[in-house]
Amino acid sequence: MKDSLRIHCSRQNLQQVRDFVRGFLITAQRSDMVVNQVVLAVDEVVANFIIHANGEDATQFLDLLLVLTNQQLDIEIEDHGSTLFLPAGKVPTPDLRAYIQQGRKGGMGMALVSRIMDRVEFFERNSHTVCHLSKVLA
Amino acid sequence: MKVTAQPADTTLTLFLDGELDASSAVVLDTELNKPELLKFKKVLIDCQKLSYISSAGLGVFISHLQRLQDSNVKLVFYNMQEKVFNVFEILGLDSLMTIVPTEKEAQAA
Repeated sequence: MKDSLRIHCSRQNLQQVRDFVRGFLITAQRSDMVVNQVVLAVDEVVANFIIHANGEDATQFLDLLLVLTNQQLDIEIEDHGSTLFLPAGKVPTPDLRAYIQQGRKGGMGMALVSRIMDRVEFFERNSHTVCHLSKVLA
Repeated sequence: MKVTAQPADTTLTLFLDGELDASSAVVLDTELNKPELLKFKKVLIDCQKLSYISSAGLGVFISHLQRLQDSNVKLVFYNMQEKVFNVFEILGLDSLMTIVPTEKEAQAA
């Protein structure tokens, strides 16, 4: 089972991304909790690509590919922007007590992705950044 | 995302409706930034109709928590859907914030 989506780099398109991932996983009859976690992981990576890699330039676009083979879910998010964006894949959970004291807003997205997905990798392909997420679904 | 504020004596209740993400978090941030918020003893967040939260939404609450605590304003979440609570749990935020099941418990917190 596979499906794909292309979106332009605008925050307004995050809802479309979530609806796409939800629809795919609900069709695959996954639990509400698992669906929400995977939707969240994809939303976080896509938001980072839109905001940090592309500066919300809506002329740029991202391609999403979801592939479910038995229990194995593979997700590829390819950024067609001209700037390479290669953050660390898996990151540790930050010190949230310090974040609260500092009044920090950001810095938790990739920690959530790391806790949810089995594998998180960013790499370069044809001068573009690709993020590969994978998870064995319960 | 729709945020509705309902003041009552020393308590302000914010009713959240919709999905809280990097696009909509600014709506909640604007509400929590209002200076009059600090006049209340308690800010209750009714999450019954909050169907999704991302790190941007968590970040809004985290960024205001210390300011509220410094002004002796207690922030309490209630009526949270299981899948939304799970997002708080993933990072351990459920142990750093006050999240209770019902409005009655929120009023008593």
